[in-house]
Amino acid sequence: PPWHPGVHLHETVSPALTPRPSAPLQDIRNTVGNIPMEWYQDFPHIGYDLEGKRIYKPIRNKDELDMFLEKMENPDYWRTVQDKMTGADIKLTDEQVDLVHRLQKGQFGDVHFNPYEPAVDFFTHEVMIHPVTNRPADKRSFIPSLIEKEKVSKLVHAIKMGWIKPRKPKDSAPTYYDLWAHEDPNSILGRHKMHVPAPKMKLPGHEESYNPPPEYLLSEEEKLAWEQQEPDERKLNFVPQQYRCLRAVPAYSRFIHERFERCLDLYLCPRQRKMRVNVDPEELIPKLPKPRDLQPFPTTQALVYRGHTSLVRCLSVSPSGQWLASGSDDCTVRFWEVCTARCMKTLPVGGVVKSVAWNPNPAVCLVAIGVEQSVLLVNPCLGDKLLYGATDQVLESYVAPEEERVQPVQWVTATMEEHSKGVRLVVQHSKAVKQVTWHGKGDYFASVVSDNSNMQVLIHQTSKRWSQNPFRKSKGLVQCVLFHPVRPYFFVATQRYVRIYNLLKQELTKKLMTNCKWVSSMAIHPGGDNVICGSYDSKLAWFDLDLSTRPYQMLRHHKRALRSVAFHKHYPLFASGSDDGTVIVCHGMVYNDLLQNPLLVPVKVLKGHALTLDLGVLDVLFHPTQPWVFSSGADGTVRLYT
Amino acid sequence: AVPRRLCILKGIYPHEPKHKKKVNKGSTAARTFYLLKDIKFLLHEPIVNKFREYKVFVRKLRKAYGKSEWSTVDRLKDNKPTYKLDHIVKERYPTFVDALRDLDDALSMCFLFSTFPRTGKCHVQTIQLCRRLAVEFLNYVIASRSLRKVFLSIKGIYYQAEVLGQPVTWITPYTFAHDHPTDVDYRVMATFTEFYTTLLGFVNFRLYHSLNLLYPPKIDGQADVELKPTEGKEYAMDSESYLEKLSALSASLARVVAPAHEDEVEMDEFPVEGETAEQMDARKKEQEALEKHKKLFEGLRFFLNREVPREPLAFVIRCFGGQVSWDKSLCIGATYDVSDPSITHQIVDRPRVEQQVVGRYYLQPQWVFDSVNAKLCLPVADYFPGVLLPPHLSPFVTEQEGDYVPPEKLKLLAMQRGENPDEESEEEEEEEEEQEEEEDDNDKEEEEEDESEKEEEMKLKKMEEQKAQSNKALPVKVTAGKLRLEDRQRLEQEQQSEEKRLAIMMMKKREKYLYKKIMFGKKRKVREANKLAAKRKAHDSAVREEKKKSKKARRA
Repeated sequence: PPWHPGVHLHETVSPALTPRPSAPLQDIRNTVGNIPMEWYQDFPHIGYDLEGKRIYKPIRNKDELDMFLEKMENPDYWRTVQDKMTGADIKLTDEQVDLVHRLQKGQFGDVHFNPYEPAVDFFTHEVMIHPVTNRPADKRSFIPSLIEKEKVSKLVHAIKMGWIKPRKPKDSAPTYYDLWAHEDPNSILGRHKMHVPAPKMKLPGHEESYNPPPEYLLSEEEKLAWEQQEPDERKLNFVPQQYRCLRAVPAYSRFIHERFERCLDLYLCPRQRKMRVNVDPEELIPKLPKPRDLQPFPTTQALVYRGHTSLVRCLSVSPSGQWLASGSDDCTVRFWEVCTARCMKTLPVGGVVKSVAWNPNPAVCLVAIGVEQSVLLVNPCLGDKLLYGATDQVLESYVAPEEERVQPVQWVTATMEEHSKGVRLVVQHSKAVKQVTWHGKGDYFASVVSDNSNMQVLIHQTSKRWSQNPFRKSKGLVQCVLFHPVRPYFFVATQRYVRIYNLLKQELTKKLMTNCKWVSSMAIHPGGDNVICGSYDSKLAWFDLDLSTRPYQMLRHHKRALRSVAFHKHYPLFASGSDDGTVIVCHGMVYNDLLQNPLLVPVKVLKGHALTLDLGVLDVLFHPTQPWVFSSGADGTVRLYT
Repeated sequence: AVPRRLCILKGIYPHEPKHKKKVNKGSTAARTFYLLKDIKFLLHEPIVNKFREYKVFVRKLRKAYGKSEWSTVDRLKDNKPTYKLDHIVKERYPTFVDALRDLDDALSMCFLFSTFPRTGKCHVQTIQLCRRLAVEFLNYVIASRSLRKVFLSIKGIYYQAEVLGQPVTWITPYTFAHDHPTDVDYRVMATFTEFYTTLLGFVNFRLYHSLNLLYPPKIDGQADVELKPTEGKEYAMDSESYLEKLSALSASLARVVAPAHEDEVEMDEFPVEGETAEQMDARKKEQEALEKHKKLFEGLRFFLNREVPREPLAFVIRCFGGQVSWDKSLCIGATYDVSDPSITHQIVDRPRVEQQVVGRYYLQPQWVFDSVNAKLCLPVADYFPGVLLPPHLSPFVTEQEGDYVPPEKLKLLAMQRGENPDEESEEEEEEEEEQEEEEDDNDKEEEEEDESEKEEEMKLKKMEEQKAQSNKALPVKVTAGKLRLEDRQRLEQEQQSEEKRLAIMMMKKREKYLYKKIMFGKKRKVREANKLAAKRKAHDSAVREEKKKSKKARRA
């Protein structure tokens, strides 16, 4: 049972509603005090008596039916009320019922109270001769108030100071006058010079018209594309539309948006003066001498030398210009007559031919062929019989020295069978030979071996059948080597640099930076002061050796890797062949005057080779006397352009 | 944290730093940068103090409201701090021409605000002020006859006037209720408008005085109006009727000095040095054309039907010297009635007009605008009510060499040159149609012929190829050589193009890049023009096809 510590036991008040003890023998009073009665809701008793025993609620076990019966039968049912404090039923007396009625009507509880007593004025409207109170008037009612004075003076002060403006004339309309009456140029701020005025809005074109020409309306696909574009990327910020008449034109729903965006642009967009490039594109093209004035140079394809069945890797022309040798992947070397395109001789060599070089000495008829691990010295037996006979004699007149010298390679005389084919000597290397090149005099030749050691470059002397290795140290993968045409210099091209060695002093004289990723080929101007380098990153670098070790000019004419470059012996021409199947012939004039820089002008793009295996032109070569250029391609042909 | 309002009023804008990373502590995130100089400049602005006062005022007012001290509230409200932007206008636009140059946005904004409803969004006073200033400006343009171009776009109506030699362009929305967007900050717009109204007020004042007009504009012949004040009364209250009458744009304005009889003083010619006689002549001609353009509608009397937009039409017609009136119930200021026999043009925008009066043209409103843009009164036949209108072209487009020019524009240009291609072209069209019909029969034959020609060509080509190969092949077969006629010109051209290609190869990397970019832009332009032309051609052919079909149907 609940226990309420702070609750006094006392009688509930409400005198009118307190039930008169109908039965004097049972004095059931509320002993729990003024507490919420639902605390005892679930108990059979309410509170405790003096002895501490429970005071039980009167038993209520009437169901709905009993209630109804009682309602029907009991004449006092309507005046029976349950006392929540004790749980007992109380029958209201007549007085109590009367009181309830009166209260319900909003009348006073007391029956005898009269709310409508006659009113008696305390002060009458009639002026009396005597004052209500007999108190004499204060002194302060005769003298002006200090507080008021203070307040007034404050107001006066405020008005004087302009804090309060009494009855200020209200004029909300702005007044305008001639603001620019005195335009004083001196008063213009300096910052006005720096001011960037906002660009004006773009003026509308035909497509914005309410009735545009029909070609400006978007087709279905264009509309779809327009919708799929980002709003910022759209070229037009609206869809052109056509209305029959002016009456049918609706309001533009984004009008306020556009004004707002303009406002944002005006105060949030960074402004910058941009120099508009107003260049005539024709003026950008450099003024070059016309190719017509730079003739002669090869212009048309004259002959095609057919016969090889695979890539033709290398070419070489005899010093007389009558014969052409070509080496191919079909393991043959073919000798052609230049003027007739007739294949004079086919020499099977039993390996992929990497390099062919005709001896530049016109008195000797000898071709060096780089095949696999050996260099073959071949007498093609073409042309003057005296000449090639003399060559054979010179080769046979070799007398072996007394003491055997240690050589990096082996010189072997050809067997009879080979001899009948034309091979005279075989220089056997330890590794595959990449390139063979002759010295201008025709006695020495150099070979490049694909290797990583210092044995990459070897120099051989034919007459003494003697070889030597000029380098002690490897400086990188050697791509190609060349002898200087007149002076004792030796050019070695590694992947990124070209080193020039003085053969007499045996020292490095220059190192050229090619600015290329991978040099593929190199050629020296017959004057000897200019070098061109072709590279696999489709660049051609022209070096002027007198000028600097950096390229004088980089030419990016080709679209793909350059395979080979060549100079003409007499004419100021050079050519480059590339994987894109073209040979570009350029005019490269070198002046004797040191002050004048070389003039480089491309004069002709020669096409003809078909692309096979993604390779185009593999080698280019000029005719020694005529302005003709040979090119060999991956399509198995050699072409002559004249 | 830069106060937005101050930046807007003072015209301070952000700058793009030269080294973004350096200023932005190494990051390249998008941020706006102001020049320190600009911000320091803002600090000196006296209006900053006014803004502070206003802030204090708002605080006091809130406090007084909180304490329910109503007398204090009244007093504070009476002494609400105000500020003026006059000095800022003067500072931003030191010369009047500067102000005129920047008038475009001000006008567009004022015209937009003057169409706002007088509820919510912004102060009623602002709207009224905008309306007043806009109407005043329109009246000035009418008085000075400086309107040059009008364009009905789908966004609104563009006007271009030449005010004291400066082109001023503005756009007005079509008169519909606005669908107020929620993602627009009206406070920003209101701040701009605040500045623009001040600017426009001063500009108007100056412009009116340059024409010797009274500035708060007075309608000329006030006496007449005063004689019959009843007319205005049924339309609007006394306080409003003045602005309404002004905005009716029908009356001319009072001048300070009575206009002299010979207004047009022959301009003395000062030959500018280095100017040839030809240039002078051209200038003179231009001047004459301009004068003629200004008097385009002189002597014409227009009547606007109630369904056409009254204000733009009345404005445009009055700008070019025409007289205009409308239904009395439509707006105040109607000067004559529909039944007036002297009316020459009635502007109508309904498919059919019942009860046509003889002696006047019934035209669609586009005629007025097109005529203004063409600088001549266009033939009326294309603009009768219910007729399919010719396209309305933008007068702001000046086609350069290589741009696409719509055929309507070509026609118009020819008309301006004084030719009359209309009849010819129509005849041609008919002829063409007839020819086409004939061609239809011939077409098939021609196609066959074409094919046979092609075949022959192919054969020839093959032969040539064979020849080329056989030349190199060993078994030489000599065939009679054909004399190839060499086109000299073509050869020359080829040579030149090859030279150019070679020269391009020799360009430096940077220049080549620039060159390629320019060429790309040019090519794109050409492509777009071609696309438009092709579209037009397809459309025309479709229309012609339709016509032919309907004709055949009629015949059958």
